[in-house]
Amino acid sequence: MSDNSSSKRSGFDRRAFMAGAGIALVPLTARAAVQDPTPAAAQDPALPVEVTLRVNGQDKRLRIDARTTVLDALREHIGLTGSKKGCDHGQCGACTVLVGDRRVVSCLTLALAAEGQEITTIEGLATGDHLHPMQQAFIDNDAFQCGYCTPGQIMSAVACVKEGHAGSDEDIREYMSGNICRCAAYPNIVAAVKQAASDIMKG
Amino acid sequence: MRSFLYQRATDPGMAVQALSAAAAANNPLTQAAAQPLAGGTTLIDLMKLDVMRPAAIVDINPLAQGWSGIETGGEKLRLGALAKMSDVAAHADIQRHYPVIANSLRLAASAQLRNMATLGGNVMQRTRCSYFRDISYQNCNKRIPGSGCAAMDGVNRMHAVLGTSDQCIATYPGDFAQALIALDATVEITGKSGTRSMPFAQLHKAPGNTPDIETTLQPGELISAFSIRGRWPRSVYLKARDRQSYEFALSSAAIALDVQDGVIRDARVALGGVATVPWRAREAEALLKGRKFDNGLAQRAADAAFADAKGRQHNSFKISLGKRLVARALQQASTMEV
Repeated sequence: MSDNSSSKRSGFDRRAFMAGAGIALVPLTARAAVQDPTPAAAQDPALPVEVTLRVNGQDKRLRIDARTTVLDALREHIGLTGSKKGCDHGQCGACTVLVGDRRVVSCLTLALAAEGQEITTIEGLATGDHLHPMQQAFIDNDAFQCGYCTPGQIMSAVACVKEGHAGSDEDIREYMSGNICRCAAYPNIVAAVKQAASDIMKG
Repeated sequence: MRSFLYQRATDPGMAVQALSAAAAANNPLTQAAAQPLAGGTTLIDLMKLDVMRPAAIVDINPLAQGWSGIETGGEKLRLGALAKMSDVAAHADIQRHYPVIANSLRLAASAQLRNMATLGGNVMQRTRCSYFRDISYQNCNKRIPGSGCAAMDGVNRMHAVLGTSDQCIATYPGDFAQALIALDATVEITGKSGTRSMPFAQLHKAPGNTPDIETTLQPGELISAFSIRGRWPRSVYLKARDRQSYEFALSSAAIALDVQDGVIRDARVALGGVATVPWRAREAEALLKGRKFDNGLAQRAADAAFADAKGRQHNSFKISLGKRLVARALQQASTMEV
């Protein structure tokens, strides 16, 4: 389907809108204005924008396209490839990271919308060489085969325990359902989450 | 995904101005040039699919401070539109006084998506019709008005049996909206001329001849809150789906009963997964009111709820499934300890 045909049908022209937007939307902060302060150029969506993401305790200053998701920012711009791209549509959970203390799918989170919040990825979980109890539990319980979903599983599981949803096998299955494992390592994942939950509780 | 202008709205007036400035007079909300970004779980997904093509995105998350309250004091419930699904589902007072709301939210999506998605965005989520979501299909009246409907004679197992038209049979996919419509919720809308309120039941529009117009909201208007009068401790949300978790409803039922001395004084029945819009089954409610509960009555009410249902090649099973689900939900609600 061509963009032209649908634009005509809806009576909406993207080019005309963008040309007009510079005037109509001046009251809003022009995020691209850092390099070129003139309003028209500042409103060009093709220009990269500056954003500072706080990832695993470090500020990362990036110049990115506004379309960049947190997942792509991590993988393509910051070089943290632990978070995985599975479906890229929020359906598989492989890209799960923590924003603040909440687990989210980073593939549906715009990097610009995550500015100012603490992002924790799988790379930020261990303390030096000392693995997080959840990482250790996944190893101890052989909770993966191919391992592609594992970073997302572990990040999700860390939040699952923190939320108080790891009290029973049933709870763990329900609250881990946003993480798909096509190798079907589910029984071992449940065992790992249980082990880590009790390790974390013991401190 | 097509490029867009990202803007951050730090107060409601700014958001409304940015959204309405971009509005063309003849465009419905779903095609508006500027779209609000809350949790983004529908919008970013549909932009990646090229189904939605906004030229500008107005990030309204900075409004959360004022728009995400959960106020349960007294006999009135008020929920801010930017409250997260997970927070409302986990709220002790909601679980206690409005189990139908807590469970409609808890049984939706995944833990990650519930952490992201907001109540306002949730009720505005678009259909999961696979022909709507796949732009390689040229015939979708919702995407391209007048182009036809590939689902009519296509794979329509997931499609609606109530509220359909000869233009569109796409199912309204949400869960929370059924709880809202059952409890006669009011929706508060913020626009250019301040805020206005209307019954939540007036928010969504059945497809009729204009499936591209999904709600009565205008470009430049935002949902800011929902409110509900009274408490509904005797209420349930049941959901039947292809897998036990993280799946849209094949059929769901939101039920709320007010039972005194064994007699049903008030009954609310809403259906999900089977209709084009959040669906209130008033015929079923009329049968229940003033009567004592028994399984025969539940069955008659369930039959009444689906009296006008129209199945197609692959989705007729939803009618019998939906009736059983309503009957079971009524049984559960009537035997709840409250």
